[in-house]
Amino acid sequence: MSWFKRKKEGITTSTKEKKETPEGLWHKCVNCKTLHTQQDFEKNTYVCNRCSHHERIGSEEYFKIIFDDNSFVELDVKMTSADPLQFSDTKKYTDRVQSTIKSTGLNDAIRTAQGKINGIDLVVACMDFSFIGGSLGSVMGEKISRAIDQSLKTNSAFMIISKSGGARMMEAGFSLMQMAKVSGKLGLLSEKKIPYISYLTDPTTGGVTASFAMLGDLNIAEPNALIGFAGPRVVKETIGRDLPEGFQKSEFLLEHGFIDYIVDRTELKEKLSHTLKLFQS
Amino acid sequence: MSTYLDFETPIKELEDKIQQAKNIGEETKVEMKDKIAELEKKLNEKTKEIFKGLTPWQRVQMSRHPDRPYTLAYINAITNNTFQEYHGDRNVKDDKAMVGGFGLVKDKTVMFIGQQKGINTKMRQYRNFGMPNPEGYRKALRLMKLAEKFNKPIVTFIDTPGAFCGLEAEERGQGEAIARNIYEMMRLKVPVICIIIGEGASGGALGIGVGDKVVMLENTWYSVISPESCSSILWRSWDFKEKAADALKLTSEDMKKNQLVDDVLKEPINGAHRNHEEMFETVKEYISKSIESLEKIQQDKRISQRIDKFCSMGVWNE
Repeated sequence: MSWFKRKKEGITTSTKEKKETPEGLWHKCVNCKTLHTQQDFEKNTYVCNRCSHHERIGSEEYFKIIFDDNSFVELDVKMTSADPLQFSDTKKYTDRVQSTIKSTGLNDAIRTAQGKINGIDLVVACMDFSFIGGSLGSVMGEKISRAIDQSLKTNSAFMIISKSGGARMMEAGFSLMQMAKVSGKLGLLSEKKIPYISYLTDPTTGGVTASFAMLGDLNIAEPNALIGFAGPRVVKETIGRDLPEGFQKSEFLLEHGFIDYIVDRTELKEKLSHTLKLFQS
Repeated sequence: MSTYLDFETPIKELEDKIQQAKNIGEETKVEMKDKIAELEKKLNEKTKEIFKGLTPWQRVQMSRHPDRPYTLAYINAITNNTFQEYHGDRNVKDDKAMVGGFGLVKDKTVMFIGQQKGINTKMRQYRNFGMPNPEGYRKALRLMKLAEKFNKPIVTFIDTPGAFCGLEAEERGQGEAIARNIYEMMRLKVPVICIIIGEGASGGALGIGVGDKVVMLENTWYSVISPESCSSILWRSWDFKEKAADALKLTSEDMKKNQLVDDVLKEPINGAHRNHEEMFETVKEYISKSIESLEKIQQDKRISQRIDKFCSMGVWNE
């Protein structure tokens, strides 16, 4: 027997009186299923305030979090991929790039920008995982190189926010050499004693880990981010047994000595600007 | 005993025929000279024909040919057995997949470093199939810094199916080790020559692959991923390795055409695996000539040329 009994029959709301609930007003945490209003979620830098799960976000959101008043100058906006190898797998590379540009509204897997963080000059190169897995190709290599040039020119601190599956196979040899290219440029930055902060977020693997993402004057990471050279599936297949819990997560890398500190995205701006201040003062 | 790949079968058949003719000649005292000469001419033509038209996948197979010389064989031949091997990264252990040490080339000390594959099953395991762990890359860097300190040029031999993807490799920072090497190699004060003698797989190769001269032997490959793995990721099946090999443009010819390597060294007509001595001689000559020309360039200029070379790589639209 139920606790409550319906007294009136046929309660309905006429279509006219039904309240519209716009799409995207609520966000459900993929980890703990807690509901937040989208507004609160954004305010909390896309981090669940219950379980602290960091939702994957892109350059637009990161720029908003980092730069004062969301004000920045974007560099090399128009650069897009060429197809030096006329690459084709199940789909032509050029078609893949075009359809990704259309679906994401981005021009490649990275955006670079200059602005201020709590008053300190900073050039940021930020990857977008939604663009072919944040893959490193010629465009990413060149855009990071030019961002470093901008850093050198304006004597601003430099930061790369990594979120990538690794090198872009469709540019084969060209992608591989981008690892060397960016590393070469970082040397110039180092000569001028300009700090380079590498911020590793979920996920950072492959060629990005095996080059500039691990070369920061400081390497810092988001909590619980997957960071590794080989992906966990490959490692599991190689060793033929299950991987320990927390393997290749930020905390694991901190423990093994490859990360300087882990920072919650909610505290990123404060902690990062404090770090930069410590370099400058 | 020699191993023959499937496309080498016609060569094997002709070689067998020549051997047979020789045997008959010896046993029966019948004059077989003309017959043998004819067969040898045929063999020569057939060999040329086969090796001229190799597909990218066949070149990948050639690069892995079990009879190909590996790093230590090159080093010992080139240094006329003056090579002295040094061990250990001074932190964790000695990685057997990476070897290195000083040796003399025409009375001049050179630092040699390279990935080492094994010549039989037992040695292949001992060498971890030429897949270094982080300590291998760190040993390589330690030796490069040693060479830099004493102003000796560096030669690296690249032959790896990739950096090892094990659990301990991740714990000890495989990514960081390779990244550090790339960064440091870019700025080494001494001449650096990198030679791909077999497989040049991705970051594992690049980890000892940044130099003033990066050069591939004719029948080798160098790319961001092996054709097998590329096939499994992009085609979601292992069956498209030939297609992937085509698409990746990983042959020495294509890599040179795209200006991603500086030179290609010709192999003996039937491949490095059939004539080690000739291959060693070609490589030795290249090394001593390159060192000579690189040492003439002023140090700062050499470094900035190296950086500029890598920084100019890439193709994009804007």
